[in-house]
Amino acid sequence: MFQNIGEIVVLFWKTLQALPRTFRQRRKVFEQLFEIGNASLLMVCILSLFIGGVVALVSGPVLAERGLSTYIGGLVGLSMCKELAPVMMAVLIAGRIGSAMAAEIGSMRVYQEIDALRTMNINPVDYLVLPRLVAISLALPVLVVFSILIGWLGGAVVSTTNHRIGVPFQSFFSNLRQMIELGDVFNGFIKSCAFAVVIGIVSCHQGLQTIGGPRGIGRSVTKAVVNSIVLIVILDYFLTRLLLFLDL
Amino acid sequence: MSDASANQKGVSVRVRGLRKSFNGQTVLHGIDLDVASGEIFVIMGPSGSGKSVLLKHIIGLEDPDQGEILVEGEPIQSDTVREKYRLAMVFQSGALLNSLTVGENVGLFLSEHRLKPQREIDRIVSEKLELVGLQGLESRSPSELSGGMKKRAAIARALAMEPQLILYDEPTSELDPLMAVTISEEILHLKQRMHVTSIVVSHDRDLAFSVADRMAMIHQGKILAVGLPADVKKNSDPLIQKFLTAEFTPEKMMP
Repeated sequence: MFQNIGEIVVLFWKTLQALPRTFRQRRKVFEQLFEIGNASLLMVCILSLFIGGVVALVSGPVLAERGLSTYIGGLVGLSMCKELAPVMMAVLIAGRIGSAMAAEIGSMRVYQEIDALRTMNINPVDYLVLPRLVAISLALPVLVVFSILIGWLGGAVVSTTNHRIGVPFQSFFSNLRQMIELGDVFNGFIKSCAFAVVIGIVSCHQGLQTIGGPRGIGRSVTKAVVNSIVLIVILDYFLTRLLLFLDL
Repeated sequence: MSDASANQKGVSVRVRGLRKSFNGQTVLHGIDLDVASGEIFVIMGPSGSGKSVLLKHIIGLEDPDQGEILVEGEPIQSDTVREKYRLAMVFQSGALLNSLTVGENVGLFLSEHRLKPQREIDRIVSEKLELVGLQGLESRSPSELSGGMKKRAAIARALAMEPQLILYDEPTSELDPLMAVTISEEILHLKQRMHVTSIVVSHDRDLAFSVADRMAMIHQGKILAVGLPADVKKNSDPLIQKFLTAEFTPEKMMP
């Protein structure tokens, strides 16, 4: 495990060193951005709409019983901004995009395509890892902001239509505006940037470590997704503490 | 990566005391080889004798447990060797990048290192593909090619680099006899045109004896013989003779 962590840190450092060469890889970055957006946008919309709806559905009646139903907008808003959107989107992207990264790079490793790159003096970090890491680091925060907005909408729809909550659309967003500050959205934005780096590096590392045939690729994909999710959850705790400490 | 390197002659390769083990099993037992600049050196031997592992060490894809590989006197693992010299390898499986078209694969080295304008790269790609009989297939995906066509595209990719050292891992396997002859001729042309150093790993005795300036026989990770093809052919070692004279005679199967 410690060897894996060390290798991940080294790969991250090498990718950071390659960052000045990102412009040369811009075509691959755009390809990856398209891949991530195209593969995830619909899922992000559906997932976020229902997450927002569920939060409203669970907490709305409890607040209503205590005469606090007007606070539902703020509750759904804060939950989506600070926790649910960044974490759930990171989990979704780890499963949808991290797995694809690990499978593609793993397959390239198994079928000697990475060896072929090395014989041509093409650095696999520049060619494979850098565009993926840059693309996911750009795409995930955008998807998270999108998810926050859709989640609010889901919460508002449920709050309006559910007779046990019965908070009108306008009241929902009025309370949300009162309670949510730009810093709260920024909070989710920072978390999503960190999670994007974790997914990108863990998935690429796992792909590069692939050995064996198709079974090895399958193993790498599973490890990439599981390790990413575990690290996301652990990192979420420490980031939350840090952001609370910084009063963000 | 300088474009000027293309005008240089082939490089010399020296292997000294090369040992390699995988999971406790020794694959190479202290290999010593010298390949002169511009020479075509063929390494023959049965399957599992360590030929491909040796080739991977020579190109720097594997690190030796002991010993060293020197290209023009510099260790292959040093950062400067790949900057100074163009080294190419034709993998047994082709190892084309499936995410790119055939044309992009062939021009990958030139485009990634920005050695030529795109129009010039396109011209070189067409020329090299025509050379291996794949003209007009630039926009095809590697997955649409047969095994033999992939191998030829991989050879075109190596040729597009205009290398100073080119390593072939079973270049004629999966090819029909006509294409095998074309590839053998191209190995010889490269030597004549550019004085490229070629190291060829092959089971193909016809290829080996037609192109080799010198050859080595390897068995269970040890070099059994090194020398001119005629000398290796005359070598009295029973393992060498068995390998070189093996033939399938259906008559022997008859009851």
